[in-house]
Amino acid sequence: MNNNGKIERHTIAVLIDNEAGALARVVGMFAGRGYNIESLTVAEIDVSEHTSRITVVTSGTPEVLEQIKAQIARVVSVHKVVDWTIDKPGIEREMALIKVAGTGDKRVEALRIADSFRARPVDTTHTSFVFEITGAPSKLDSFIDLMRPLGLVEVSRTGVAAISRGPEAM
Amino acid sequence: MDLEDQKPTPPEITGAEIVIRALKDQGVTHIFGYPGGSVLPIYDALFAANDITHILVRHEQGAVHAAEGYARSTGKPGVVLVTSGPGATNAVTGIADALLDSIPLVVLTGQVPTSLIGTDAFQECDTVGITRPCTKHNWLVKDVNLLARTIHEGFQIATTGRPGPVVIDIPKDIQFKKGRYVDPQRIAHRTYHPKTEPDEATIEAAVALMAGAKRPIFYVGGGVVNAGPEAVKSLRELVALTGFPVTATLMALGAYPASSPNWLGMLGMHGTYEANNTMHDCDVMVCLGARFDDRVTGRLDAFAPHAKKIHLDIDASQINKNVHIDLAIVADAAKAISAMVRVWKEKKYQADRHALTDWWRQIERWREKRSLDFKPSKGTIKPQYAIDRLYELSKGKDVYITTEVGQHQMWAAQRFKFEEPNRLMTSGGLGTMGYGLPAAVGVQTAHPESLVVDIAGEGSVQMTMQEIVTAVQYRLPIKIFILNNNYLGMVRQWQQLLHGSRYSQTSTDTQPDFVKLAEALGAVGLRAEKPEDLDEAIQTMIDTHAPVILDVRVEKFENCYPMIPSGAAHNEMILTDAEEEATEVSDAGKILV
Repeated sequence: MNNNGKIERHTIAVLIDNEAGALARVVGMFAGRGYNIESLTVAEIDVSEHTSRITVVTSGTPEVLEQIKAQIARVVSVHKVVDWTIDKPGIEREMALIKVAGTGDKRVEALRIADSFRARPVDTTHTSFVFEITGAPSKLDSFIDLMRPLGLVEVSRTGVAAISRGPEAM
Repeated sequence: MDLEDQKPTPPEITGAEIVIRALKDQGVTHIFGYPGGSVLPIYDALFAANDITHILVRHEQGAVHAAEGYARSTGKPGVVLVTSGPGATNAVTGIADALLDSIPLVVLTGQVPTSLIGTDAFQECDTVGITRPCTKHNWLVKDVNLLARTIHEGFQIATTGRPGPVVIDIPKDIQFKKGRYVDPQRIAHRTYHPKTEPDEATIEAAVALMAGAKRPIFYVGGGVVNAGPEAVKSLRELVALTGFPVTATLMALGAYPASSPNWLGMLGMHGTYEANNTMHDCDVMVCLGARFDDRVTGRLDAFAPHAKKIHLDIDASQINKNVHIDLAIVADAAKAISAMVRVWKEKKYQADRHALTDWWRQIERWREKRSLDFKPSKGTIKPQYAIDRLYELSKGKDVYITTEVGQHQMWAAQRFKFEEPNRLMTSGGLGTMGYGLPAAVGVQTAHPESLVVDIAGEGSVQMTMQEIVTAVQYRLPIKIFILNNNYLGMVRQWQQLLHGSRYSQTSTDTQPDFVKLAEALGAVGLRAEKPEDLDEAIQTMIDTHAPVILDVRVEKFENCYPMIPSGAAHNEMILTDAEEEATEVSDAGKILV
């Protein structure tokens, strides 16, 4: 394929049977075919049905993204593949825990910025905060950038969870 | 009282017995395998099963290739049984081969007992992990009550949709444990529902495009063969209705008869001049069950630049993978091609006779190049000549051909005229040297009365030649027809073209005496060194009802032409050594070899 198209970033949801190695099938396909994974979340969503939902953020030209979806759909244990970026309008959220250490003005500034981002301190000591922040990945990116000069120590992100708007299921 | 209620629940049987019963219920009559510690209970159950024949190979890779040959020549799935650890890893090459060529296989592997999994136990390996990327699907069965279901599911997945290999890994304790058996008909899969029905509107659009074509071509792939006799019949009807030219990939030779005037020969890197130029200049390309492999397309940005491309495939992921498609049909080839035939007739379409006459005139001009011609020799046997003689002397017999991989494979594909599908067994996608001999064992197992010939090279055949003993053991009279040129010929040819004729590690000067080798293994050994000896040797080989190696000493430096040099387009073929010497291959092209 002539892959001269523009690189796009898409969020793809995969409903898959929660059998042993289910995640490895999808992730292994990405690695084996040289596709990029920017973030990945996975958890069982229906215990009685044994189904898991994988949300993967990936990037590529439109042709590559089409291939990625076709290759995921081909995995035998996959029920469904939906591209929230083009198939249906979706909402994306990500959560992060962010540790900032410091004293004095920097500490006050960190707390002030956290407040404006609606980031909540979930652990506080005299010399540090752990903030919990939820939002679109870009919001998390900006918050982390702002924390960097204020004593950013550690970042833990969940990866993106996504769902469609309106009453319908995926 | 309801009589149904009085029916006793069927007694529980062991996992090993479940395996055998499931295989019988799936109609399995032959298994290719090799025993070992982790499959002992299954082998014990097999001991009592009179209606399943087990073929004991000499290496697990041979078991898988034999099963591939069996499957490809019968249309039925091939079944393999091997032990854990090295048994499974030795099978991997064959499994990967079957995945790339879409061959339905059910591979049963033993595994260490569940209590030992993950402890680096003796002969333990992560079989499902290792085979995950080279199977259509695989399972580790940890509950004996899921075993029957899993095996039935395995057969269903291997044989439907785009066929492929599956691996079922069965720990030894599960083979001993007792559990319930379930019949095949009770299985309904939760997620696996391949789309087989073509969309009517798309078929109509495709047929309309075909009817308006001025320079059309059918580009046929292995999918048509895999879809079965109905697909092949419909293809032939469609060609007869339209009068279009037909080319095919290595995997589809025989789907359309080589004797037909519409047949252009194989396409691709070593395809005919007329097939490749017709592909390049066409205005409507009808791809039926092929996948635009890099050996077929040549340089992608110069691939059929003026063509509207119709692509029929049962596997949606093949659409737009390598080449942009204008009209995609995701469906079973038999259903889709017969729908095309029906729509063509219903709409009373007529091909554009005037344009088609011009097109055929142009094709005739390409044909006049006679791209498969070679310089005959009185002194040495030309490999092309050897294949021509094999073809002539075996004509009219019930012949199956397998090949290894290399020059001999391409010469066989170019020159042996296949009239029917499922007659050529060859490793197309993975290009596995050593495939042909064990594949011949599998083909002969399925067709004991037929003439089964492995067209081989002396390099490839040394990779799996221990399977001659298997052929001897089961009285399978396979013929191993070695085109012995003292080189790994195809690699040598590339070294000549791309690396200044520096023949690094491609000489096979040190090789067994194949005649003595045959005798040592219990087969018959023959040799032909001069053209005048060849016919008699081939005739003796055909007439001998035993495994035969015929060592044909051929011209050492013969190159396989025509050829699309790497990185070149379909209309840039080279036909002779002289043209090859004048060809500069770009650095980008060298990478693509």
